[in-house]
Amino acid sequence: MPGKALVITSGKGGVGKTTATANLGLGLALRGHKVALVDSDTGLRNLDVVMGLENRIVYDLVDVIEGNCRLAQALIRDKRTRNLVLLPTAQSKEKDAVKPEQMKELVKQLKEEFDYILVDSPAGIEHGFRNAVAGADEAIIVTTPEVAAVRDADRIIGLLEASGLYDPSLIVNRVRPDMVRRGDMMDITDIIDILAIPLLGVVPDDEGIIVSTNRGEPVVLNGRCRSGEAFGNIVRRLEGEEVPFLDLRGDGIFEKLKRLVGLR
Amino acid sequence: MWEFLSRLFGRENEGSKAAAKERLRLVLVHDRTSVSPYLLETLKEELLDVISKYMEIDQAGFEVNLEQGDDSMALVANIPIKEMKRALSKTKN
Repeated sequence: MPGKALVITSGKGGVGKTTATANLGLGLALRGHKVALVDSDTGLRNLDVVMGLENRIVYDLVDVIEGNCRLAQALIRDKRTRNLVLLPTAQSKEKDAVKPEQMKELVKQLKEEFDYILVDSPAGIEHGFRNAVAGADEAIIVTTPEVAAVRDADRIIGLLEASGLYDPSLIVNRVRPDMVRRGDMMDITDIIDILAIPLLGVVPDDEGIIVSTNRGEPVVLNGRCRSGEAFGNIVRRLEGEEVPFLDLRGDGIFEKLKRLVGLR
Repeated sequence: MWEFLSRLFGRENEGSKAAAKERLRLVLVHDRTSVSPYLLETLKEELLDVISKYMEIDQAGFEVNLEQGDDSMALVANIPIKEMKRALSKTKN
């Protein structure tokens, strides 16, 4: 059976697409699936660095497209699990070096060998976005609880539909439970009400995720960190398991103190 | 006491979430409706078909537009009628 290709996209930049791709990919691979990660942000590649694989790149996606190497030669094996490979993109080429039809063909080839192909989309809705969605079977939208990010997510839902990708699912990233509690951040219900697509996961903003990115070790490896736990849960939901969403309320200093003095 | 304290500290910031939601709602009303001129053109043609069953319309003056108020959107149609169809007024009586 051929694998499933998921595109991870957002419209707005800086909401955590690449981090989500790295974590979901590694998470799925650690649970025994064969996974290929594809960085489609030609000219601004990041996924290699987030995965900690930047020193191993020889060939890239553009080399494969241009026929400078075979697909298998450009796939970088992950250092933590043999189930995971990364197809990096070119850093020094123009972003239109790849065409959507070529991307579609490439993803199709990968689907023959891998269970999951995760395509990390660039920000924006132009050429790179069209490449990223070209071969995808399903889409995951990443947003943060901010007006601009949710607005862009809404636009992306429409554009995905126009490309035949219906029913994308949503990851809300960088949720600050303390701010939600104070009424200073939109909560998940607000965002789901507005976007009207199914929720795949909620990832709290914590320091662990920054530390892990500094080291090139996706946070999903760290089960003691709330964001790592959240990504682990998303992985299980992708496998079809029903996992309750994290209760993020009990995180604040007020809550900790209250529990300490027995007020709740 | 905690309730009191957190309320005391929270009060100054009250409403920033509500403000975000409201601004988002408005911007999306606009985004979603202004998506496609094609949609508006299709709507116009279908409206024309339906209304033409009952009355004769001056097609040159027929206009359908979205108008934005401060906190609402409206579909505004201007449909000049040339003539009512007699058959209709009979059946309706």
